[in-house]
Amino acid sequence: MEFYRSHVLVCAGTGCTSSDSQLVRRELLKQLAEKGLDKEIKVVETGCFGFCNLGPIMVVYPEGTFYCQVKPQDVNEIVEEHFIKGRPVQRLLYHEPDKETRTLEFDNIEFFRHQKRVALANCGHINPEVIEEYIARDGYFALARVLHEMTPQEVIDVIKKSGLRGRGGGGFPTGVKWEFASKSQGDQKYVVCNADEGDPGAFMDRSVLEGDPHAVLEAMAIAGYAIGANQGYIYVRAEYPIAVERLQTAIKQARELGLLGKNIFSKGFDFDIDIRLGAGAFVCGEETALLTSIEGRRGEPRPRPPFPAVAGLWGKPTIINNVETFANVPPIIRNGWEWFASMGTEKSKGTKVFALAGKINNTGLIEVPMGTTLRTIIYDIGGGIPKGKKFKAAQTGGPSGGCIPAELLDIEIDYDNLTAIGSMMGSGGLIVMDEDNCMVDIARFFLEFTQDESCGKCPPCRIGTKRMLEILTRITEGKGTPEDLTNLETLAKTIKNASLCGLGQTAPNPVLSTLRYFRHEYEAHIYDKKCPAGVCQALLTYKILAEKCRGCGLCARNCPTNAISGKVKEPYVIDVEKCIKCGACLEKCKFAAVIKE
Amino acid sequence: MSCQCQCNAGNEPGIYTIIDQIVEKYKGQAGSLIPVLHQTQQALGYLPENVQAYIAEKLGIPLSEVYGVVSFYTLFSTVPKGKYKISVCLGTACYVKGAGDILAEFEKQLKIKVGETTEDGMFTLEACRCLGACGLAPVLTVNDNVHGRLTAQDVADIVKKYAEDK
Ligand SMILES: Cc1cc2nc3c(=O)[nH]c(=O)nc-3n(C[C@H](O)[C@H](O)[C@H](O)COP(=O)(O)O)c2cc1C
Ligand code: SF4
Ligand code: SF4
Ligand code: SF4
Ligand code: FES
Ligand code: FES
Repeated sequence: MEFYRSHVLVCAGTGCTSSDSQLVRRELLKQLAEKGLDKEIKVVETGCFGFCNLGPIMVVYPEGTFYCQVKPQDVNEIVEEHFIKGRPVQRLLYHEPDKETRTLEFDNIEFFRHQKRVALANCGHINPEVIEEYIARDGYFALARVLHEMTPQEVIDVIKKSGLRGRGGGGFPTGVKWEFASKSQGDQKYVVCNADEGDPGAFMDRSVLEGDPHAVLEAMAIAGYAIGANQGYIYVRAEYPIAVERLQTAIKQARELGLLGKNIFSKGFDFDIDIRLGAGAFVCGEETALLTSIEGRRGEPRPRPPFPAVAGLWGKPTIINNVETFANVPPIIRNGWEWFASMGTEKSKGTKVFALAGKINNTGLIEVPMGTTLRTIIYDIGGGIPKGKKFKAAQTGGPSGGCIPAELLDIEIDYDNLTAIGSMMGSGGLIVMDEDNCMVDIARFFLEFTQDESCGKCPPCRIGTKRMLEILTRITEGKGTPEDLTNLETLAKTIKNASLCGLGQTAPNPVLSTLRYFRHEYEAHIYDKKCPAGVCQALLTYKILAEKCRGCGLCARNCPTNAISGKVKEPYVIDVEKCIKCGACLEKCKFAAVIKE
Repeated sequence: MSCQCQCNAGNEPGIYTIIDQIVEKYKGQAGSLIPVLHQTQQALGYLPENVQAYIAEKLGIPLSEVYGVVSFYTLFSTVPKGKYKISVCLGTACYVKGAGDILAEFEKQLKIKVGETTEDGMFTLEACRCLGACGLAPVLTVNDNVHGRLTAQDVADIVKKYAEDK
């Protein structure tokens, strides 16, 4: 076997790829070859480390040196200094936002220190395109154990006892779902993986698929054994080309090694997996819609019951689980349900992956034990809010969820606590908002999304969300009336109660939760005709502060509507009638004399 | 309907031949309509009515069903797209970081509205929901290239870069 003194992991996830990590990798390979180091140092492409904001990411083992924002022109220095002279390149090391010093090792970085990686255990550690690397980290061992030592019912019992709940949003106990499907009668059953990841602002599933695709394949085969299915489908968004490619490679490799296909581990168990691509419809993430879409039809939800476990794909018993749910299965089988159940809270076991984004210093992917507080996530892991701004809210659960205000920062995150405060776990999008975000505008944003994505099958959702959006738009334009707030609440109730599928049933949540915690912002828009955050264009007026204005005239020359007038060296003024609120004056003024309020 | 295309004059396969090849791959498989539409769109860029009709015939399903599916899914298009498809992400992470301003800047610079194509056929401007690169928000793609950490100031450079790349 070849022996390398160092391994260099270069991130090839979507984030880093778009910051040109491939150029860095190619440059590195070239220079290592030129220096004759290519037999000593091995370059490995990995999936996402979770720290995409600082990409391209490079980690050098055995030391665990963590380099960030590596550019092709930095490669020479890394090779000369680190690989030849053994001196890590200080300037490329990670720098904690509030500290002077740079951190050498990966494990000591605050962002990683508070995390506990189960579903993401392999992401960033293995080359997802080489099945042997997965196997070297105990991959397919769980499938082997299941086939050799366990009955299907034993598998179901272990998953049930582990307390694993669905990570796709609903939080339904996975083992119970499997048991339903295993008890359903059918000549043919199916296992479906939901990789549609529709929550706009979340990329947990994408990273698992890109960084550790075999974990999902292995888990699907285990599920197939448990319920008696021999065919699986992965329904993945077409917007995720890298994930699709890695899955295709993974499936091919698994087939070649006999880990998928006929008579796996010579135990008489057949299981194979095919990929189906989505085509840009959010509602297809809903399980019944997803199944209809795989069948090749318009992805409209249908009433449940019958549940898919009884009549799913082509009318056959089917289980459908989320990517992250599946990624937890092999570690549970390997380490035992006790291990998994020892993490988390009473009713939510294990860990949860969150995509941390928005107004936060460390954006990226994190995995923490259930029950971690929002404060730990935002301040310790996320490094707080940029530019010294004030935290306003965290949004979880995507278009089905709600906004959590600062008063609730110490809440322990699990399924039930989030539901209790009017939000939702959702699939794991966690978007941080600061004082510059307007909560009415955010509510409007989500309603626009759900209104647009409503499949139109049932009127409460189709028409109701449209009415709500109209009201919200009116409020953001300063045309809201006091009755609007009660109308929003009444509409919300009707839509929640009368819609067929989860999309409609949860669509009002962003409005309800902002009304609950940020009612004063709605009121400011309605009564004072003001947007406190300065976001809603129609409610802003641009003004020149006479005491600060030096009369340079720069603003007037840049105003597209000639709304600014004045004499040189004297304060200029804006004619609000003519102003179209383009913001050019504010941007151009060198003396901060232009304000919007 | 028989093949009406005239592009088969040379040895180049015409669009119907391409579709035949695609359909052949999925022969006998249930639920093949969406994969066939995906691959056809990839080959032709869009799915005009005659193409939908041909697919319906080949798969033995009513045209209305094909049309129903094409119109349901936003990724399928019945009109041709520009050489460069600019997709500005309006997912939540990008939105809170000012993606709306970036989209507005493109509309201004390209003088088209979202969903439209420039007259010279160079650019189509679209909005999309989350590309999964939220860590780099705000983000957009031009065809398959992802650009991240954008500001409205970057818009002019992006347009220029691709416009020169005729
Ligand atoms: C409108 C809507 C969109 C959904 N989108 C997704 C999605 O993108 N990914 C996902 O895993 N589950 C999604 N779900 C939840 C699925 O219906 C289903 O509950 C889930 O895939 C079950 O897997 P789990 O038990 O492992 O979570 C969505 C539900 C609704 C109502
Ligand atoms: S609730 Fe909305 S998305 Fe769901 S079936 Fe009804 S119209 Fe369609
Ligand atoms: S640019 Fe600023 S300082 Fe100059 S005239 Fe305008 S407001 Fe006054
Ligand atoms: S915001 Fe625009 S239109 Fe209004 S005064 Fe300033 S430059 Fe003129
Ligand atoms: S894609 Fe490289 S760290 Fe996320
Ligand atoms: S929200 Fe824009 S990439 Fe995710």
